[in-house]
Order: sequence, then C-alpha cells, then structure tokens
Amino acid sequence: MTAPVPFTPVMAGEASKDAPAPVTPRDLPHRGGPPNPSADALRQRFGKAVQRVDVVWGETSVVVDNSQLAAVVRWLHDDPSQRYDLLADLTAVEFRDAEQPIEVVWHLRSLPYRRFLRLKVLLEKTQELKVPSVWSVYKAADWLERECFDMFGIKFEGHPDLRRILMWEQYREGFPLRKDFPLRGRFSRSEQLKQALAANPEARYSMEELSIAQAYEDLPDEMRRRLSAGEKTGE
Amino acid sequence: MATQKRTVEVELSTSGLDSRGRPKRTPLVTDDSGNVMTLEAPPGLEPDLIGEHMLINLGPQHPATHGVLRLVLELEGETVVRCIPHIGYLHCGFEKMGEYRQYNQIIPWTDREDYLNSPGNNVAFSLGAERLFGIEITERCKVLRVITCELSRIMSHLVWAGTTCIDIGAFTPFLWMFYQREAIYKLLEDWVGARLTVSITRVGGMAADVPDGWVDQLKHFVRTFPKTMSEVDRVVTRNGIWVGRTVGLGVMSPDEAVNYGLTGAMLRASGVAYDVRKDFPYLDYETYDFDVPIGTSGDVYDRYLVRMEEMRQSIRIIEQAIERLPDGPVNIDDHRVVLPPKSKATSDMESMIHHFKQVMEGPRPPIGESYVAVESPKGEKGYYMVSDGTSKPVRWRIRPPSFVNLSAIPKMVEGHLLSDVIAINASIDIVMGEIDR
Repeated sequence: MTAPVPFTPVMAGEASKDAPAPVTPRDLPHRGGPPNPSADALRQRFGKAVQRVDVVWGETSVVVDNSQLAAVVRWLHDDPSQRYDLLADLTAVEFRDAEQPIEVVWHLRSLPYRRFLRLKVLLEKTQELKVPSVWSVYKAADWLERECFDMFGIKFEGHPDLRRILMWEQYREGFPLRKDFPLRGRFSRSEQLKQALAANPEARYSMEELSIAQAYEDLPDEMRRRLSAGEKTGE
Repeated sequence: MATQKRTVEVELSTSGLDSRGRPKRTPLVTDDSGNVMTLEAPPGLEPDLIGEHMLINLGPQHPATHGVLRLVLELEGETVVRCIPHIGYLHCGFEKMGEYRQYNQIIPWTDREDYLNSPGNNVAFSLGAERLFGIEITERCKVLRVITCELSRIMSHLVWAGTTCIDIGAFTPFLWMFYQREAIYKLLEDWVGARLTVSITRVGGMAADVPDGWVDQLKHFVRTFPKTMSEVDRVVTRNGIWVGRTVGLGVMSPDEAVNYGLTGAMLRASGVAYDVRKDFPYLDYETYDFDVPIGTSGDVYDRYLVRMEEMRQSIRIIEQAIERLPDGPVNIDDHRVVLPPKSKATSDMESMIHHFKQVMEGPRPPIGESYVAVESPKGEKGYYMVSDGTSKPVRWRIRPPSFVNLSAIPKMVEGHLLSDVIAINASIDIVMGEIDR
C-alpha cells in the first residue's frame, strides 16, 4: 500500500481566530450598520473604481466599475488580508423599471475570514451587455457564467466556452429571464411542439462530440465541412 | 471539529478481490506486436481497439444518472478521456415564475426544485424572505425549523446513500434506508398532511404547529434510527466491494474543491471544514453542540463517510432541539405578514381585512435585497431575493449547490474507468430538479 499523503485540514475562520465566534444575525437594520471591512479596503485600493457601498439588511454590496472588475476580483482573491476564495454565486438582476440598468451580481465568501461580500456591476441597457469573466480566478464561474449568459444574454469576456446551458444550443427565442421575455415564451405550445418534432436528433450531439466517434467518417460531407470550419453545433 | 482519521480495513474477503479490495482483473497477454488481448481470444478475431476513441452517451434516461443528466464521454478503451455534461432537460423556469408570484406563493416551488430536501428549502426561502421583510421569528418557530432542517437532511442523505448503494451494486441497504425515510415521511405527514412537497413554512412562521403527541413520535424515531445507521455501517463501510469501488475515485484536493465552488459534503470530504451552520449561522445553530465531519482524501469513499456522520450529528441536533422546544406561538403576531386564524376571519373585522389584503395583494417588503444561505444536504443553498417594494420579487434566484458541484464532474471523472463514472456521479448527490430549475 502506498504511504498516506500528509493531511492538513483547511479550517474556515483560520485567519480570524481572535474574532468572536459567528452568531446568528439579529434585528438587522434595513439600511446602514457596519459594512464589511473589505469595502473600505477596496475603496483605499481602487479609489474611484468603487462607485458605491450599500449595507442592506446587514449585507454589504460594493458597486464597482465594469472596467476594474477583473482586477477587483483578482485582488480580493489573492490579497492575504482578503482571501475571498469561494465564489458562492453569480447572477444578474433586471428591474421592472426599464430605465434602470441591469445589475450583475457576484457573491463572494472568504472562508478564512468568514466574510461575505456582494459585488455588483451596473450595465446600461443601451450599451452592449458585457462584463469580464472571473473564470481564470474561480473555476466555479464556468457554469454560473454560462447560466447567466443563457438567461440574460450577458457576455462574459474571457470565458473559455460560453454556450447555452439550461436551454438547448439551438434555442433562438431569446433570453428567458429578461423582463421583455413573456412568461409563456414567444411561441404557442403547438408551434413549440412542431419545432421539437422537426428537430434533427443528430443535432443533439455537438460537432465537437461527433468528432470523437469513429462515425466521423460516416458523417455527411456538409457536416464534416462545417466541423472542420470550427462550428460548434450540428444544426 | 475534525473526525479522527480512520484506516479502512477490508473485513470481508470476497474472492475476486486483491489485498486492497479492488476487483481482480482477467489476466491479459500481449502478442508479438505488443497488442493486448485476453488469454481466451483467438488471435485475429479480436479487432485492434488500441488508440480508437469511442463516444458513449450516458443518459439522459439512464437510472444511474439520478434523473435526466446526460454525459457524453470520450473513451479510450475503458478510460474516460473527456466528459461533456449536458443539463437542462428539467428546466422549468422557477425563477421566472417567481417574479410573477407573492412570496408565500413561491414556497411550493421551493419544494419542487430539490425535492429530496423540500422542508429544508422551505426554511431557507422563508429565512431569506424574512430578512427582506425585516421579521424576527419566534423562538418556538426557530427550534421547529431546526428540527425540520435536520429531518430533511437525514431524509436526503438516506436517499443518497440508498441509491448510491444500488448504483454500486448493493440492494439491501437501500431497503433499510427507505424504511427509515418512510418513518420521516410519516412524521411530516402527521404534521402538515403532505409527504414529499410539504410547504411546511410560511413567511413569518410555519404552516402549522406540531400536533399533540408528535414530539413523542419524533423521540421514537430518534431512538430507533441509529440502529439502522449501525446496520448499514456494518454491511457497507468495510465491505470489500464497496471499498474497492469507492476509494481513490474522483479526488478533489482542498484548494481545487474551494476553487470549483464545491460546498457541503463534497467540500468537507476534501478536508475543508466549512459548514454554513458553523461559519455563517442561522436559526441559532451556534447554540447547538454538534461536530462537522471532514474527510482526508476527498474521494468517493470519504464523501460516503462524511454523509453518514452528518446523519448522526443531525440526530444529536434533533435531540437537543427536542430538549429545548419552548412553548409559545409559532407565528409572529404581525398580521400584515402572517394570516390571522381563519376562524376569526368571519367574526372579526380586522382579521377579515388582513385576509383580504394578504390574499389579494400580498405582503410588501421594503426595497432591498437579501442573500440567505443555509447548509442543505447538497451544500450551500442560497436564496437571493430583490424587492422593489411591490408584493412580488423583482428577482428570485436559487443558488443551487448541486449545479455548482456537478460542474466539477469533468475534472473528477477524466482518467477514470467508465464504471467509476457512475460511482463518482453518485457521490455528488445531484438532484436534477435543482440543477435545471
């Protein structure tokens, strides 16, 4: 038997041993209250790139400039005084008021310091919906960014494989969680059924996957041509 | 906090296993040109499979994929070279529908996303909505919710362990575990009338207080359940086949596990002691005495050990909760949020107005947002809600733990055998309802 690998457990809260033990938050104020210390640190480090700091129900949100987001996230992850090592969630919010910008929201957790921070980027709808990807910092962002792209149409620049994830790749109706998308979808049920029946089952494999099989030789010429041209899906 | 490191001794010497508990392989020979073949195969009849890559489509209808997960696998011989997951077959648009419903009307949907943990989801959602409304719930409600969460965790882990046993080839533990799961369903049925989709909470309280004698039934369950645990432990934990099929598979190092966003038993099996109940407590979990088990090697076997231990810890928490269950109301007495008793609606003017206003318009939280995460059996389950001051959320987001956990599957299966994909996939504890939402 091979010798056991030396094992050291990673403890959450290891960097804040002197801090009091965490307790259930009580009687949180609607607005105000002590912000997360990282918010001040961000202000000092990035200055004007931090547009706003809100504390709502005890949770700190930091609105940062789109162009600085990648640097902010990288710093929060790497800096020994921050160590935000877990990307808890990534999503976007579109408001009912059409004038309001779309918010892209990152929920970060620092396990060593037991901190929770919400980062936001505001995207005006008149401009292209584009934010930098944090995939190079957090691998967890892979599917979360794909989902956000799938549901809101926000492009994450630098994501290695930004495809639809919950909807199928040939889905052409738009982005379901946008407020201009009707609750029942854009097509009637009969139209949806018709489209489903007309679909080519081969297309359920992406071109990349079809290239795995030895059946590649049996593919129609036209599909092979598209595959070699770098196309991703079979339909 | 950490459990003692255990050495696994294989107790049952099953024929066909080597000393490490791994199945013995059929002896292979090579011919003159170095091609591998079995002893029996006459030369010339077997095609040369070396170097040929094959595409295997696993799922979406395969029972071992726990729902409708589809994995497209590229195999070289029997080894997985590449894994491309496809999800979305159960996508129902819960988040979209939530934007058109009042807060209490969303609770039934939280039942249906992670349907093995529906009481736990109800609690998580209500906690999020209560933070958004600025409500402090009553002490009795808190303790009842802790009991609910822990029962729900046991229920979910029982299904996980049972189905994983089936995936790996053991049928009997599945029956023992489902017997106990049935006992929990009976408890929930006595409490709220439903079994699977319970909708057990409301914003500001619970759907109902526990009926008379319910706590005695719970005590009976707490007494009898550990017996099943030790039975399963005896049959499975040191079983040669089980050990051989789980040890060393799908290993995630602590750093990788955190970076891939794994939470729950997946993360703790890798040796990271992060539990939302300890580190970001809710429902006064910091006042309960329980341990967070962690693994040492981050493989499928450690995930099994961690989940088994979590069930024992849940029993400990329930025992303490029964001890301290206070008397008093379960709902807060703010009738702008919680419905007054139905019996008063026809005799009391105010109650009738509250009923009308709440059903027709719904309670309105102030403008704001909240992200409340709880430790669900799958991992960190968060609900992010944004309110613009109307009775319906602008955005209701589920942070699905098994979605993020599943996203690491290509990393975990690549390089393993096809049959190990089943074991690794089972160890993630996925529920497709939650992943696709």
